[in-house]
Amino acid sequence: MEFIIKTKAEKVLDIINLIFLSIISFLCLYPFYNILVTSINDPTDAARGGITFWPRVFSLESYKMVFQNEDIINAFYVTVARTMIGTIIAVLFTAAFAYGVSKRELMGRKFIMSMTLVTMYFGGGLIPTYILIAKWLHLKNNFLAYIIPNMFNVFNAIIMMTFFSSIPREIEESAKIDGANDVTVFIKLIIPLSMPVLATIALFNGVFHWNSWFDAMLYGGSKLKTLQQILMQIINTNNNVSVLAGNLGFKAVSSESIKLATMVITTLPIIFAYPFLQKYFVKGIMIGSVKG
Amino acid sequence: MEDINTKRKNYIGKKIWAQRYLMILTLPAVLWMIIFNYVPMYGVIIAFKNYEPYIGFLKSPWVGLANFKELFADPTFISALFNTLKISILKLICGFPAPILFAILLNELAFKRAKKLIQTLSYLPYFVSWVFVVGFMYSMLDPRTGVLSVALQNLHIISKETLMMADSKYFLPIVIVSDIWKGLGWNSIIYLAAITGIDGQLYEAATVDGAGRFKRMWHITLPALKPTIVILLILSISGLMNSNFDQLFLMQNSMTQDAANVIGIYSYKMGIVLGRFSYGTTVGLFQSVVSMILLVLANYTSRKLTDESLF
Repeated sequence: MEFIIKTKAEKVLDIINLIFLSIISFLCLYPFYNILVTSINDPTDAARGGITFWPRVFSLESYKMVFQNEDIINAFYVTVARTMIGTIIAVLFTAAFAYGVSKRELMGRKFIMSMTLVTMYFGGGLIPTYILIAKWLHLKNNFLAYIIPNMFNVFNAIIMMTFFSSIPREIEESAKIDGANDVTVFIKLIIPLSMPVLATIALFNGVFHWNSWFDAMLYGGSKLKTLQQILMQIINTNNNVSVLAGNLGFKAVSSESIKLATMVITTLPIIFAYPFLQKYFVKGIMIGSVKG
Repeated sequence: MEDINTKRKNYIGKKIWAQRYLMILTLPAVLWMIIFNYVPMYGVIIAFKNYEPYIGFLKSPWVGLANFKELFADPTFISALFNTLKISILKLICGFPAPILFAILLNELAFKRAKKLIQTLSYLPYFVSWVFVVGFMYSMLDPRTGVLSVALQNLHIISKETLMMADSKYFLPIVIVSDIWKGLGWNSIIYLAAITGIDGQLYEAATVDGAGRFKRMWHITLPALKPTIVILLILSISGLMNSNFDQLFLMQNSMTQDAANVIGIYSYKMGIVLGRFSYGTTVGLFQSVVSMILLVLANYTSRKLTDESLF
């Protein structure tokens, strides 16, 4: 709107607006920053408080303690494994379905579509799902409890379908004349062509897996704890002062620092992926909202 | 006749055979949906049974509406119902307009690079888990070392000894503020997209007619956002029965348990912690039915009042 000639009052409004929005974005960022600087401060010194913008006594003591903790190391491997395996499987599984259903000639397409849409509005809820996974499928204490129940997602399938329907048919047809079947076309042609949308869905899935703790609490058991679950336990232990020296075996004074260091470690991958995340996520939510 | 039938069968068989590769791609997910969506939906009928895992799903005895009778007689459930509605309605009143306002202010911002940067930073909280958010709330609200708590003490808003996270008086404000903090930027994306779609000529014409900045916002930007606002409002109203489980579950501690007792948490505690599967399912079923009624009502009201509706 460069054509609008601004009066002095309007320019003042612009400045006020800028200041207000800057404060908001500062508030969005500051908690992350504060936790980072406190975590690299000496634990005993940090307990005095007052660390705001810069560490007073620099120390990586808290990180050393975290990296010596076997529970946390194990949780790190579990979380990385579920994020990678879970994401790849979910993307391919959902994409295969979305591609199949994007073909108009598919038999029973209408039925499959309405069956899919029903699941957007209705569901069994927490407890029937728990019974299914824990009692009927016997997936408790099993790594697959993280993977299989999260293999498919209706909303992601719809975003993919929208994209697949926009791919010109001629591209597939020429491949089919050369004797390729639908599965080959999907793997060799459609997947490489759909990288932007697949990356979007992969990021949705990746963040979901990385941040999950509730299913780990329900199905995971002691060997399959995730990072967020460990972090949750550390936070809860810190709150109950009486059990400060609690089940993770830390010294009381440093438990707050352990918490902060673990928070930084669990969040760093998200911060590093963030530039990609926000670009793709925003696109993803747009595709979804245009259709939905 | 028989001849035609066998021909028809042959035709269908041939069609399936011709589509076998397409089926290989599609059917696994259909099977997945049957197992993970439709089986639990069917499993909801244990709300009318007394389900014991060792007896089995089919053999567990029917109890009619006994679970529902117990539910409405339980004061803990009634208080969970009220807590849920209280938290959700407050979130709706404070949290719903916030991203709209944020999107409009962002759109009015004259400095393009600052706009991009502010936008990018404001999405960040959405991507971290509630575990992280609750973790830093405990740190920042610690009465001795917490930056935010110390700032509030200096402003004489709270006293020196206040443990804000362990005080049911501050529970609701913290729930609302942290909810807005986490969702503000992300929820504004959809409004910003709608604003981008507005024809620039409208603003030009309005300016020529002498409309100032606030008049343009009021008469052009807001009406253009109306369809988006109405749709999201319908969805929010249907979600009134679900106050954020993650957030409240993680925020609860021995001091704030009563304030954090919402339907989702009650259902979890009854159904999974205590192993009363049928009763927990009853709670969940009640919640879904009310949500469905709210959705239909909100949709109907909106269609009458604004001509916008979800279905």
